[in-house]
Amino acid sequence: MAKLESSFKNMVISLFGVTLIASAALGLVNDVTEGPIAQTELKKQKMALAAVLPEFDHLGDVIKVLPKDAADSVEIYPAYGADGEEIASAVKTYTYSGFSGYIEVMVGIDDVGEITGFQVLKHAETPGLGSKMDDWFGNTEKTGQSVIGRSFPNGGLSVSKDGGGVDAITAATITSRAFLDALNRAHRCLNNAWDTDSNSGATQQIDQNASDDDLASSEQ
Amino acid sequence: MNQWKNFTKGFIKENPVFVLLLGMCPTLGTTGTAINGLGMGLATTFVLVMSNLVVSLIKNLIPDKVRIPAFIVVIATFVTIVEMVMQAYLPSLYESLGLFIPLIVVNCIVLGRAEAFASKNTITSSVIDGLGIGFGFAFALTILGSVRELLGSGKLFDITIYPEDYGMLVFILAPGAFIALGYIIALINRMNKKNA
Repeated sequence: MAKLESSFKNMVISLFGVTLIASAALGLVNDVTEGPIAQTELKKQKMALAAVLPEFDHLGDVIKVLPKDAADSVEIYPAYGADGEEIASAVKTYTYSGFSGYIEVMVGIDDVGEITGFQVLKHAETPGLGSKMDDWFGNTEKTGQSVIGRSFPNGGLSVSKDGGGVDAITAATITSRAFLDALNRAHRCLNNAWDTDSNSGATQQIDQNASDDDLASSEQ
Repeated sequence: MNQWKNFTKGFIKENPVFVLLLGMCPTLGTTGTAINGLGMGLATTFVLVMSNLVVSLIKNLIPDKVRIPAFIVVIATFVTIVEMVMQAYLPSLYESLGLFIPLIVVNCIVLGRAEAFASKNTITSSVIDGLGIGFGFAFALTILGSVRELLGSGKLFDITIYPEDYGMLVFILAPGAFIALGYIIALINRMNKKNA
């Protein structure tokens, strides 16, 4: 078959045909992969929850708290024991101050305010330096650098360079600061959610109060 | 053309990374570990084979003046398919490759083969060419990834060879990629000279 001439009609028809078939094919693949993608996300979430929380019986409803200084809300997953007592909460928190911007962390905080565990969900930190967050801050053998079992002092956790008690990752102080910033955000939002919970119990109120308080106590 | 020769040329003689020096951006960006290099190489191979196949199928239906946009649409379609399938079934690999998967669209190896080979040859030789170049690319990325992972973190395909503390961090970072690539190219050039 001879090659089609480059006339206007031919060009329009062939390009239209190519894009039409391409979009049909993509729609088809999307249909197939949509389910598995959603399931993988859900499974990841569940595994992260199980990793950061102590043994729990069931999870409560998700509470979303919107800090005023940022556009994204922090998600709180309360966990209850078999007797219905709240034993800990997992908080999906984040920070924008990582070396490469956004870092998302799931952190578990128990009813006395101690960190039970954490897992970094999303980050783009330098491989080999900032990317070591999980290993570094989760290494319970080295008490200087581990955050597990720590409670939040007034003003939040900070690295030892800034006068705090946590050793920063070697050569990745910015990442370490950002990581602790995310944890502090989780703690602030969780406290605010609890406080309002006992006062009014209304979700709308929680959002309002949390954002005000979060702003007030935001880092300098 | 001899099909076997057509297939093997992508490995050494016309290896896209070591000899043609094409596709340097994913080469340097994704080879921090051997498994990432292999994953990136195989994803690119799939796109290369499928786009070569389709381009050689429709080469006579596409007027010359709009061939580049048409080829790019074909390539982008397969890249998106790879991306969605990987996200669904290989989530950890998808996360570590991240941005580099959509960037296969503008990988000059893929468009280069569509333009220079598939649009002028039969379907069979186009597919074989895609396989050859694709495996050559995957092979190069795996080698480079292995060298960097071994020197940088003391591991090979995630299996610890020696303690990580003795690793040279620079090989995990971008400068190490250039250094490792340079030495591998020098080695291959020497091997090729000896053969000749």
